[in-house]
Amino acid sequence: MGLLDARISNRNVLVTSVDNVMNWARLSSIWPMGFGLACCAIEMMATNASNYDLERFGIFPRSSPRQSDLMIVAGTVTMKMAEKVVTLYEQMPEPRYVLSMGSCSNCGGPYWNHGYHVLKGVDRVIPVDVYVPGCPPRPEALIGGLMKIQELIRMEGIGISRQEALKKLAEKSVDPQQIIDQARRATA
Amino acid sequence: MDNGMEEAGNSMSAAVQQSKAAYDLIRARFGDAVSEFDANPTMPFFEVLDLSKWVDIALFMRDDSRLKFNYMACLSGVDYLEQNQLGIVCNLESIGHHPHRIAVKVKCQRDGGSIPSVSCVWHTANWHEREAYDMYGMTFDGHPDLRRILCPEDWTGFPLRKDYQVQETYHGIKVPY
Repeated sequence: MGLLDARISNRNVLVTSVDNVMNWARLSSIWPMGFGLACCAIEMMATNASNYDLERFGIFPRSSPRQSDLMIVAGTVTMKMAEKVVTLYEQMPEPRYVLSMGSCSNCGGPYWNHGYHVLKGVDRVIPVDVYVPGCPPRPEALIGGLMKIQELIRMEGIGISRQEALKKLAEKSVDPQQIIDQARRATA
Repeated sequence: MDNGMEEAGNSMSAAVQQSKAAYDLIRARFGDAVSEFDANPTMPFFEVLDLSKWVDIALFMRDDSRLKFNYMACLSGVDYLEQNQLGIVCNLESIGHHPHRIAVKVKCQRDGGSIPSVSCVWHTANWHEREAYDMYGMTFDGHPDLRRILCPEDWTGFPLRKDYQVQETYHGIKVPY
């Protein structure tokens, strides 16, 4: 439930907790770091562009890690790049979030066996909050992952650790199969 | 007999015959330093048997007015595990002068083997030889800057060798799945 979904009445005064206002502000302007590593980056750029228009969620890429809230690891992380990814992550101010986009950064993808040069999952070097499966994921899937990041921010608050927020998020999640079946029945 | 020769000649496509004509000039000049011509229909080739002649052959191929192989389209490395050899395959073409093209193979010993560098003949060979060194581990004599080009500089092993085993860790990061 978003902040603006609450009915505003009584001379446009809204009473809520500081946590809520802070979270609303943060989740409405997630700035990802503008960097891509492989074909997933093409899909990410398409998501940024006018057709999918990420800016309507307040998401637009920044060119410095110091101005970024979110790192979208879009593509194949090579062993050579792994250490640079760690450096970039360390340069981001907290609170920071990591979205692993696509099979390569999730687990090595098609390079899992014979890719001597590929890091088999970016979570071996930095903590990942949301994994988006796909090779590469469609823009809708990436937007789904970004919505998860927003939900995660909504779960946070003073005195609540990231682990607790992630646990709350997992508890709140529903099995998508029912929703998919429902949508299929509706179109049939 | 004549018919047989003609048939053998006719079975080669026009492109292969052009390559054969170019090869004949090289053979006439360098003799046993080069192998027999292989009329491979996809890419006809010959092999340099005398490694010390490779740079001279390359210069002759580039500069002779009848050959003018002025373009190195590709230089690839090969691992001949059974023969205990490493090699390179150079695809050469002549842009703006002749329609012919040919591939040249050069081989060396698998352990500590070395091939003369042709980066002074075709500048394209500079980075391609670095890549072949990076992936297979043969060295190139006379190369101006023979460093790894793709793998990190402190990488161990040569990844495209057929008996390559990936290292367990790199800078403390686990490499295998």
